[in-house]
Amino acid sequence: MTLSRQDVAKVGMLAKLALSDAELDTMTSELSKIVGFVSLLDELDTTSVEPLAHPLDTQNVFRDDVPAPSLSTAEALQSAPRHDGQYFLVPAVLGESGAA
Amino acid sequence: MQPAELSAVDIVAAVRQGDLSAVQCAETFLSRIEAGNGSINAFLNVDREGAVACAAKIDARRRAGQPIGPLAGLPVAVKDVLCTANLPTTCASKMLEHFQPPYDADTVSRLRQADAIIVGKTNMDEFAMGGSNENSAFGPVRNPWDLSRAPGGSSGGSAACVAADMAPVAIGSDTGGSIRQPAGLCGITGLKPTYGRVSRRGLIAFASSLDQIGPMARSAADCALVLETIAGHDPGDSTSLVASVPRYTELLEQPLTGVRIGRVPDHFAEGLDPEVAKGVEEAFAVLKAAGATVLDIRMPHAKYGVPTYYLIAPCEASSNLARYDGAHYGRRCEETAARKGSRASNGAIAYDSPLVEMYCRSRGEGFGPEVKRRIMLGTYALSAGYYDAYYAKAMKVRRLIRQDYLDAFEHVDLIGGPVSATPAFKLGEKTGDPLAMYLVDLYTVAANLAGIGGISFPCGFTKSGLPIGFQLQAPALGEPLLLRASDRFQRLTDWHLRRPKKSVR
Repeated sequence: MTLSRQDVAKVGMLAKLALSDAELDTMTSELSKIVGFVSLLDELDTTSVEPLAHPLDTQNVFRDDVPAPSLSTAEALQSAPRHDGQYFLVPAVLGESGAA
Repeated sequence: MQPAELSAVDIVAAVRQGDLSAVQCAETFLSRIEAGNGSINAFLNVDREGAVACAAKIDARRRAGQPIGPLAGLPVAVKDVLCTANLPTTCASKMLEHFQPPYDADTVSRLRQADAIIVGKTNMDEFAMGGSNENSAFGPVRNPWDLSRAPGGSSGGSAACVAADMAPVAIGSDTGGSIRQPAGLCGITGLKPTYGRVSRRGLIAFASSLDQIGPMARSAADCALVLETIAGHDPGDSTSLVASVPRYTELLEQPLTGVRIGRVPDHFAEGLDPEVAKGVEEAFAVLKAAGATVLDIRMPHAKYGVPTYYLIAPCEASSNLARYDGAHYGRRCEETAARKGSRASNGAIAYDSPLVEMYCRSRGEGFGPEVKRRIMLGTYALSAGYYDAYYAKAMKVRRLIRQDYLDAFEHVDLIGGPVSATPAFKLGEKTGDPLAMYLVDLYTVAANLAGIGGISFPCGFTKSGLPIGFQLQAPALGEPLLLRASDRFQRLTDWHLRRPKKSVR
């Protein structure tokens, strides 16, 4: 199993990870090796096996829908890289205007 | 005896009786940290002031005849993956270098409630991804038994600080072996409880169906004491088990007569260091002498554990780590006058918007190489066209691996064996080869995949003086037997009492 540099660049965009040229090269060869290794699972026939997403038997947990204290705005914003005291600030989502 | 040489059980008893003040005890360990951390790098943050203040309050309450908690005066080091409202929590990542959590993890609240003294936050592999602690953004931890070697990972700082007597107890987390493997390589005792036994609220998530918090200490009895405090249902973690918490410390006495321990012959195949194999076989002999029966069993899917784990864990990680977006908390890149359509530095892809560019660049700057590798692997295995071949396949094999355990536990009460194939390896020895590093998890990942508990404790030393670890695994909620068997072993041996030479302490 080999991944192309272009495959890896596409995965980087899906993962929202900026990768340098050098990182893209290393990642291409390393991911190919790792994907080759995990393909060991192909030798098992699992057609009649149900997937197991969670190790122990669990059930949905419900609680009554009653208001309870939660983080204050100030606490929620305390580690935000940019905020205006009420909202998180991010660059413009639309348009060509650059950073907000 | 100096407080630094006392067990956690003895410290708690001495503080309760007034033979040792909590302040004196905290000062002893803080001085040891200040003297030794420069060479070991086990702590990322030491809270001298907070620890001494907390200890002084406990002493005052005790003198006034007021009640004190079950861990009153016990210094505890906490892996920096657990949120602390009064101390930064970095996950050993540049991404969270300046992160100040707004709340305590459930485990941290329970420790404080029990009057334990949190002395500081321990170093680890970034986001708990790694087996050597070399993936920390703040430098590797060194193994107290040989400073040129790795302590294991990812809870390397927690293991090393206990081994170097900088704390009697530390808290770790284990997703694929991250408590048991460093405990084994550092010659201490580490317990990964059953999935859900300890609440994960406030544990920074790596792989949510595998992550579990547990105690690391010198002995099984000390682990039992701490587990009594940190285990239990938490309405804030929907996967925490609704099951009563046994008094683990009171269940250690019963002898091992009639206990059946499984031994997996495949564990002793090629790849296992001969000195480790010898130590492990001798441990079986000790357990037999204590009354246990040892039976050979088969785990037919054991060899698929590591590849299954290295699909499921990265898939879950790629989803969990999507939260680091440069907007809510964590690192944010310098914002330039980015425009729609600007290209990534590798030239391959154009960004959709300045917002997307901010996400990508913040994450690219904040995460280290191993974290990026796992996010990429997980994203790939979950992406359209590959999901069934990789992620769904791994979940199916996970069921087969769990079935191996269910079948085995029809015949045995515990499964014993090595923790790691080799003793502590040299720093730098495996850093160039991610796959070689993944294989250090060979004997530990399956317990996480099956959701069961496991414990590791020292069962000997190599000729060159490095600890050898022994692992026991039990069915879900089998902690009482895991702790009892380990405690029995430690009553018959003194490996867990050995200490690194003064010269490296």
